[in-house]
Amino acid sequence: MSHVIQDRPVRSATPATLTRGGLPRWAPAGIAALSAALGCGIGLAADLHSKVQWGLLAAILFVLITYTASSVVENRRQAKDRVATSMVWVCFVLAVVPLLSLIWTTVSRGLKVLDAYFLTHSMKGVVGFQPGGGVYHALLGTIEQVLLATLIAAPIGLLTAVYLVEYGRGSLAKAVTFFVDVMTGIPSIVAGLFILTTWNLMLGFGPSGFAGSMALAILMMPVVVRSTEEMLKLVPNELREASLALGVPKWRTILKVVLPTAIGGIATGVMLAVARITGETAPIMLLVFGSQLINNNPFEGAQSSLPLYIWEQYKVGSADSYDRAWAAALVLIAFVMILNLVARGIARWKAPKTGR
Amino acid sequence: MSFTPTQIDTAPPVSRSEQSTGRAGDKIFSGLSKGSGILLLVIMASIAAFLTYRAVLALSKNEGNFLTTFDWNASANPPVFGIAVLLFGTVVSSIIAMVIAVPVAVGIALFISHYAPRRLAGPLAYVVDLLAAVPSIIYGIWGALFLVPQLGGLNLWLDEYFGWTYVFDKTQVGVARSLFTVGILLAIMILPIVTSVSREVFRQVPRMNEEAALALGATRWEVVRMAVLPFGRSGVISASMLGLGRALGETMAVATVLSPSFLISLHVLNPGGGTFAQNIAAKFDEANEFGRDALIASGLVLFLLTLLVNGAARFIIARHKEFSGANA
Repeated sequence: MSHVIQDRPVRSATPATLTRGGLPRWAPAGIAALSAALGCGIGLAADLHSKVQWGLLAAILFVLITYTASSVVENRRQAKDRVATSMVWVCFVLAVVPLLSLIWTTVSRGLKVLDAYFLTHSMKGVVGFQPGGGVYHALLGTIEQVLLATLIAAPIGLLTAVYLVEYGRGSLAKAVTFFVDVMTGIPSIVAGLFILTTWNLMLGFGPSGFAGSMALAILMMPVVVRSTEEMLKLVPNELREASLALGVPKWRTILKVVLPTAIGGIATGVMLAVARITGETAPIMLLVFGSQLINNNPFEGAQSSLPLYIWEQYKVGSADSYDRAWAAALVLIAFVMILNLVARGIARWKAPKTGR
Repeated sequence: MSFTPTQIDTAPPVSRSEQSTGRAGDKIFSGLSKGSGILLLVIMASIAAFLTYRAVLALSKNEGNFLTTFDWNASANPPVFGIAVLLFGTVVSSIIAMVIAVPVAVGIALFISHYAPRRLAGPLAYVVDLLAAVPSIIYGIWGALFLVPQLGGLNLWLDEYFGWTYVFDKTQVGVARSLFTVGILLAIMILPIVTSVSREVFRQVPRMNEEAALALGATRWEVVRMAVLPFGRSGVISASMLGLGRALGETMAVATVLSPSFLISLHVLNPGGGTFAQNIAAKFDEANEFGRDALIASGLVLFLLTLLVNGAARFIIARHKEFSGANA
C-alpha cells in the first residue's frame, strides 16, 4: 500500500486552502479575556452584586462569542468543535473556582486567630460568643479517635484484601467484593447510628472517643480493602511463583514477598483513608458528644474532635466563634492535605515495579 | 543445553497436598483473612438488622403515618413523626446536585482525558482529587458563610426571569438557605467522585476508534461524541449513581446551610425543607430515647436508599468489566 502512495506524491492541493478561514491561535485566550472583561463590565453596569453572577455571565459570553466568531470565520463543524472545547474549559474552571474560593476563605479567615495559643489551649472557661479559647482538646480528640479507628480498620481491611486477592474464590469472595463496594457508600451518619444502637443503646455504654472510633473504622474499612486490593493485584505473579517454587509456604510468601512489595501503595491507601475519616463529623456528633475540656482518655467520657468543634462554633453564631470555626477548619484542612501529600509522596516513591 | 530427565524421574514422589496445606501457619493465616472478609459481611448484615430492630420499636408507637406525616415530634407524647418531608428534601436536593454536577463532571473528565495539554492533565487530575479530600464540615461552613450570601443575587435573578417555571418562583423572603443552595453545594461535593470514575472510563476508550475517527477528518468534538461518549456511557451512569449515593447521605453540609422546616414545596428557592441526615443531626441532641429510635428509623430508610443506589451503580460497573471504574 505505502509504496503506491510514494510513487505518486500528492502535491496538487495548495496549502493555503487548508488554513484559510482559521481563527488565530490566540483566539480562545483573547475571547476568554474579552468575555471576562464584558462579564465584569455588565455586572458593574447592571449592579449585580453577586460575583457568582459575574462569573456565569462571563462563561456564557465566552461560549457565545466563540461560536459566533468561529461560525463566521470558519464553518459550522469547526464552530461546534470550538463550542465543545470552550464548554469543557468552562466546566473545568467551574470546578476549580469553588476549590480556590474555599481554600482562600479558609486560609484568610482562619489565620485571624490561629496562633500557638489557639493550638495549645482548650475551651475551658471560655463563653462561646467571646474571643479566646483554643482547639487543643479537639485536636487531641481527633488524633486519638483516628488512631484507634486505624488500629481497628487497617488490619481487618488488609486481611480482607489479602483474602480477596490471594485466597478468595467462589461465591463468598464475590459477595465480599460486592458488599465492600456497597459499604463504601454507607452514609457516615448511618455508621454512627449503627454504633449508637449496638454500643450505646444495647450494651449501655456512654459517649466516648472509642465509640466514635468504631464508627470511623466502619467507614474506613472498605476504603482500605479497595486500595490494598488494587495494590496486591499489581504485584507480579512471578514473585509469588518464585517464592512458592522455593518451597516457602503460602502465608510466608504473602507476608515476606507480596506485602513488602506492595507496602508503599498500601500505606498510601491507609493514609488516604485516614484523611477521609478525619473530616467526618456526623458519627462523632452522635457518639462522642463533644466537650469543652481536655479529655485524654478516649475510652471514658465525652471528647471533642476538630470537625465537631467547627460545627459547635458554627452553631454559636457570633463573630468570635466564626473566627474560631475558620481557624479550626484551617487546622483540619492542613492536617488532611498534609496526609494526602505524604500519602501520594509515598505512592510515588515506593511504586511497585510492575515489570513493564 | 543438556539436562537429565532421568534424575527427576527417579526422585521420590512428594505428596504436594501434604506439604502445602498441612502447615498450621497456612491454616491460621487463611482462616484469619477469610474471617476478616466474613466480618465485613457480618457488619453489613448487623447494620441492617439492628437498625431495623430499633426502627420497628419506634414505628410501633408512632401515632402519625410514617410515610405521609409532615411533622417530626418523636419526643412528644404521643409521638408523631413521618418521613415525607425528609424523603422529598433528600431526593430533590440530590436531583438538583445531579443535574448540575454530572454535565460539569463529564466536562472535567473530558478535559483531563482529551482536552488538557498533556503536561497539565496530571496536576489537574490531582487538584480535582483534592476537592474530594476537603472534609464535608468545611464545605458546610463555606457554604453557609460564603456561598449563601453570594447566591442571594442569583436567586433574585432566577426568581425574576424564571419565576414562571414555578420551580424557581421564590415566594418567601429570606436568605438563600434553600434546597437549591444545598443542591449547588452537594454538586460541588460530588464533582470529584463523578469526575474520577468518568475519567477512568474515558481513558479506556480504544485508541483505534479515536484515531479512525480523526483519520476520517472528524473534529475533536466529533471524536468525543461518536467514539468516546458512547463507549463511556454506562461508566458515566454508574459514576453518577455513586455521586448520587454520596449526595443522599451528606449530613453536615446540609445541616449548616439549610434552615429546616416541615413543609413540602417545589419552590426550591424558598428557604426550608429537610433531608434525612440533616434531620438526624438537628434533632439528635434534643431527642429522648424514643426520639432516638425514631431517628434511627429514618436512618434505616436512608441506609436502604443509598444501598439501592450504590448497589445499582456497582451492578452496572460489574456488568461492564472492561473498565475498572470500581476502584475510585
